[in-house]
Amino acid sequence: MFRWLRDHGVIERNVILMGVLTLLTVSIGGLVQIVPLFALETTIERVQGMRPYTPLEQMGRNIYVREGCYVCHSQMVRPFRDELERYGHYSLAAESMYDHPFQWGSKRSGPDLARVGGRYSDDWHAAHLRSPRAVVPASIMPPYSFLDRPLDYDRVADHLRALRAVGVPYSDEMIANAKADLEVQARPDADAAGLNARYARARQGAFDGDPVRITEMDALVAYLQMLGTLVDFRDVTPAQLRQQ
Amino acid sequence: MAATATAGHYVPADPPVYVEGPIRAFAIATTFWGVVGFLVGVVIALQLAFPLLNLDLEWTSFGRLRPVHTSAVIFAFGGNALFLTSLFIVQRTCRARLFGGDDMGWFLFWGYQFVIVMAALGYVLGITQGKEYAEPEWYVDLWLTVVWVFYLIAFGGTITRREEPHIYVANWFFLAFIITVAVLHIGNNISIPVSLGSSMSYSATPGVQGAMIQWWYGHNAVGFFLTAGFLGMMYYLIPKQADRPVYSYRLSIVHFWTLIFLYIWAGPHHLHYTALPDWAQTLGMVFSVMLWMPSWGGMINGLMTLSGAWDKLRTNPSLRFSVAAVGFYGMSTFEGPVMSIKAVNGLSHYTDWTIGHVHSGAMGWVGFISFGALYYLFPVLWKKKAVWSERLISWHFWVATLGIVFYITAMWVSGIMQGLMWRAYDELGFLQYSFVETVEAMHPYYVIRALGGVFYLTGALIMAFNLWKTVTEGEAAEPAPRFAPAHALAAE
Repeated sequence: MFRWLRDHGVIERNVILMGVLTLLTVSIGGLVQIVPLFALETTIERVQGMRPYTPLEQMGRNIYVREGCYVCHSQMVRPFRDELERYGHYSLAAESMYDHPFQWGSKRSGPDLARVGGRYSDDWHAAHLRSPRAVVPASIMPPYSFLDRPLDYDRVADHLRALRAVGVPYSDEMIANAKADLEVQARPDADAAGLNARYARARQGAFDGDPVRITEMDALVAYLQMLGTLVDFRDVTPAQLRQQ
Repeated sequence: MAATATAGHYVPADPPVYVEGPIRAFAIATTFWGVVGFLVGVVIALQLAFPLLNLDLEWTSFGRLRPVHTSAVIFAFGGNALFLTSLFIVQRTCRARLFGGDDMGWFLFWGYQFVIVMAALGYVLGITQGKEYAEPEWYVDLWLTVVWVFYLIAFGGTITRREEPHIYVANWFFLAFIITVAVLHIGNNISIPVSLGSSMSYSATPGVQGAMIQWWYGHNAVGFFLTAGFLGMMYYLIPKQADRPVYSYRLSIVHFWTLIFLYIWAGPHHLHYTALPDWAQTLGMVFSVMLWMPSWGGMINGLMTLSGAWDKLRTNPSLRFSVAAVGFYGMSTFEGPVMSIKAVNGLSHYTDWTIGHVHSGAMGWVGFISFGALYYLFPVLWKKKAVWSERLISWHFWVATLGIVFYITAMWVSGIMQGLMWRAYDELGFLQYSFVETVEAMHPYYVIRALGGVFYLTGALIMAFNLWKTVTEGEAAEPAPRFAPAHALAAE
């Protein structure tokens, strides 16, 4: 039955052959699982409302990544009854289509954040980030009071340009206005007509409580407050969500 | 070829002069990074139990230190152990000097240490790609790619110089590990830097495709970095220390090809019930369950090598580490397929059960097989008769084992408990627990887990002390003819 194994000696005597066969063997699974995801239209649902992040939200997202929030918070609601009640509608692939990198996470030491946007006030978020246990006494989250420092956004246009290079549909106009849009969003009394024209449902606010200074706290809270708010699930039909 | 037989080994009359300096350095680095990695692990475990230990400083917050811990144990401790053993074993089993000689060895050593230090500094300063186990940014990734290409050249080149007609089975696994990790590393790290002067980059693939590629990488970092390479260690250390041939040659062949074929498919089990299409999740589950078979095939091949030599477990404490490692390997490669079943995963995912599973593999399998390798290799590399104290090896073994038991039982309880609390309903049909109530319930288990970590770290410190004493005070081995006889040195 195992006679063919005798021929294995040929492979064992030739390091190139062994290396090439190994490479072929380990390539198959990855190719089968990864390549179709780029080709199949059913991978990502066609839903209304998804747009690229505003410059302020994207800078906030970068802080979320920098601080490793994903090691304790997922952004992926599973289709279970309890998760629906705790967090909301299960997450769609479309909702992370502009996420570079994805931040679905793998561990919930804290709650899922995929739909945290709009659940709490800006003030709650800022106070909670500065001192989590002042707001939630049993929390084990580290404090992030250092985020009250100025946000470095001089090169925000470069960020949008790099994101465009990896496929996020930022227009020339969005890139040209990146810095201005960022400032407008963090200053509630500024004229937001341009920002709203470029980014639907972008919300202005003094996210950290201070309407003048633009801080890392502003950016992070702006990001948290838009999470999961873009797709209006009243418009979504089962046909759009059907995969395969 | 002129050959003499001593103690059952064929020894050529003119053995090559093996490269040993850089390999000794890898042995020291493995010990050092092991202690560092375990220490950071204890710190972050304590942070989860006592959040004040985050110190309200950005550089010491859990989110930044956690990748320091994972990278330090996987890539610094595990990586140095892999360089150490692969470069040692490939020379001995091929009876050939390392391709590229001492210069190659030292380049690999310093090149790889540079990767570790650059990556760790980046994490503390907040420079990260935000993908688990692939956190280093683009400039570190590029440098690692260069080091890795030279690693493949050094390893493959040494094999082509071999005096044995056949490539020994340990080297198949090391070769597969080097090749596959190269593919995974490049595949998962394609990104565009914000600018050439910026430490930050954006990964090429978004959302669902990015997730699939990440866990194709992530699971096979386990499969090839932490499994295939360490199986190479097993296939050398256990036969060598038990002084028995590998149990079954045929099983080695089947084990090797099925393991590397099946492992690569298992990634999607990290994405059950997510927005990844169902067909991919199902493939991931089915292949993960099948993976149980080659995993246990390897375990059987390792354990059965001891048949007729089980008594050596009593007299050889470093062999005890290697064999216990294979036992933990069998346990975690059974637990893994169970957790990959969607119904089980629905409960276990996002909880501490996953953390416990990873640690039974990392502490029990990867850690123990590496400790066994260090206890075996230190006396060989420094030409000593034996490790300084066998008693201390036994102490290390039992303290570390106790630490693992504390760790994984605490995580089983906390993981399953939290999973059940999340889905519990009261009699009126409302969710019974708020999220923070489930966090509070974890506290005692997080303390027990940290205690387990302290035990494991204590064991590693005992080992470091023992190995240091071995180098400085160990009794010199009688000069064996197979280590660089005078005329061979003169010929170099």
